[in-house]
Amino acid sequence: MAEKKTNRRDFLFTATYAVGAVGLGATVWPMIDQMNPDASVKALASTEVDISSVTPGKTITVLWRGKPVFIRRRTPDEIAEAKSVNLEDLKDPQKDEDRAKDPEWLVMLGVCTHLGCVPLDQKGDYNGWFCPCHGSHYDTSGRIRKGPAPTNMEVPKYEFVNSNTIKIG
Amino acid sequence: MSDHEYTPKSKFGKWFNDRLPLLSLASHLTDYPTPKNLNYWWTFGGILTFCLITQIVTGLTLAMHYIAHADMAFESVEHIMRDVNYGWLIRYIHANGASMFFLAVYIHIFRSLFYGSYKSPREIIWIIGIIIYLLMMAAAFMGYVLPWGQMSFWGATVITNLFSAIPLVGEGIVTWLWGGYSVDNPTLTRFFTLHYLIPFLILGLVVLHIWALHVPGNNNPVGIDIEKPSKDTVPFHPYIVIKDGFALLMFMIVFAFFVFYAPNILGHADNYIEADPLVTPAHIVPEWYLLPFYAILRSVPDKLLGVVAMLSAILILAALPWLDTSKIRSAVFRPLYKQFYWILVADVLILGYVGAMPAEGLYLLIARVATAYYFLHFLVILPVLGFKEKTLPVPLSITEPVLGGSPNLATARNRESLNN
Repeated sequence: MAEKKTNRRDFLFTATYAVGAVGLGATVWPMIDQMNPDASVKALASTEVDISSVTPGKTITVLWRGKPVFIRRRTPDEIAEAKSVNLEDLKDPQKDEDRAKDPEWLVMLGVCTHLGCVPLDQKGDYNGWFCPCHGSHYDTSGRIRKGPAPTNMEVPKYEFVNSNTIKIG
Repeated sequence: MSDHEYTPKSKFGKWFNDRLPLLSLASHLTDYPTPKNLNYWWTFGGILTFCLITQIVTGLTLAMHYIAHADMAFESVEHIMRDVNYGWLIRYIHANGASMFFLAVYIHIFRSLFYGSYKSPREIIWIIGIIIYLLMMAAAFMGYVLPWGQMSFWGATVITNLFSAIPLVGEGIVTWLWGGYSVDNPTLTRFFTLHYLIPFLILGLVVLHIWALHVPGNNNPVGIDIEKPSKDTVPFHPYIVIKDGFALLMFMIVFAFFVFYAPNILGHADNYIEADPLVTPAHIVPEWYLLPFYAILRSVPDKLLGVVAMLSAILILAALPWLDTSKIRSAVFRPLYKQFYWILVADVLILGYVGAMPAEGLYLLIARVATAYYFLHFLVILPVLGFKEKTLPVPLSITEPVLGGSPNLATARNRESLNN
């Protein structure tokens, strides 16, 4: 084949394809993005919880963004157990202090990090939580100890509004 | 494909056919030369077409009463069951129809595996079939979510969470699929939309599946190429139509048994409890037809690798025409393959059984062994067998094993020229 000289038509083709591709992308994007969380879903971003009735050793479960959040008032034994764990034994090493701002209160998403089931309270080999779906065991700090889950149960953004109220989100 | 020219008899027919050759198509379908030795395992294509149409018709009628909203879906299904005229019947046909559809598709797939129907020149038929199978699983999964019971909700949660195993973008994809931060109303409405769409995609693919089939024609229990039309073939109508019809009737007896006598036996009682995002049922299991893959997912202790193994178990089927290196199609003439075939059948049944059991102790061990064997079959045994196996002599025609010697000279010559 003879050597081909780039001419005006080649430039026009390239420019047309490029503009066409941008146009196509701009047209398709709204169709894809409409499936992302909408404004009304995002508006429910935070929730305030009254914790005055929670006694030590008791867990309450509240719904935040459609997901359960565990709020557990831990007993001194549980706190001691959570703090005494050697970090090298953990699949997802994290200190208990980094998970519970106030050691008495553990606030975390009650969602197994494997495939999203709700783990059961006070069950499993580590006195913490046990996920009935695929057998993940969590300790008293909600850290993964055994089973298929890859990470510890997630701690959401939260703060103590006052001594009786936690604001999640 | 029969190449004969078709001319309609009536003047109007000719006028119409010249403009839209529908009559030629009908003539092709009725005269379509079919191997005369097709056994009852070949009737499941027709049965599957029946299943698809049943699901579409019952689905359309259910959609007239169902409400796709997280607050009303569960109640609307109960409304269908109690108030809507014959609603119970239509819903039970639809729900059990899904199981019957999968029963038929598994027989259809394993028939292909036994008789080597996926081999050249039928690879495209096979791959279209695998795509249909994947779409069926997607449709079945989303359909199961619509009643918004506990199994619906938690099944949806677990399956959509599979995507979170993808590194980096996984969480974003899951949020996008959900349309929120958990399975909720936006998830339900989009699942309803897709559940409505997919059967029509399947219908389109079924047309392609049959079109691709009509190019080389049917494989047959002997697995040899035959000349079409010839003494080895019969016209589709009335021979195959009647045989398919009879098999369909038998199949409908089984279908009706489930619908009328055991409509809930294949489901889970938990799905009659309305979805509750705060409580996971003690024992989550998918519907029976997904259990083997669920067992593979759970047998791998790593989240990402588990998902990869489960998807590979399905996608590996698409590569089957190239993994099986044997030139002989039918297992009838492959003494070793025949044994491995039945081991595979047993292996898949075992996977299905352990998939329904808790993933611990002995069950987990069995699941791991069975998963390993599943991949061993496709990745090692099949490729090696094609080279090592001593196959039995294959007859020259379908008629030969019956009459002794080949009365069909053309076929004999054809085979000789192929061998040379």
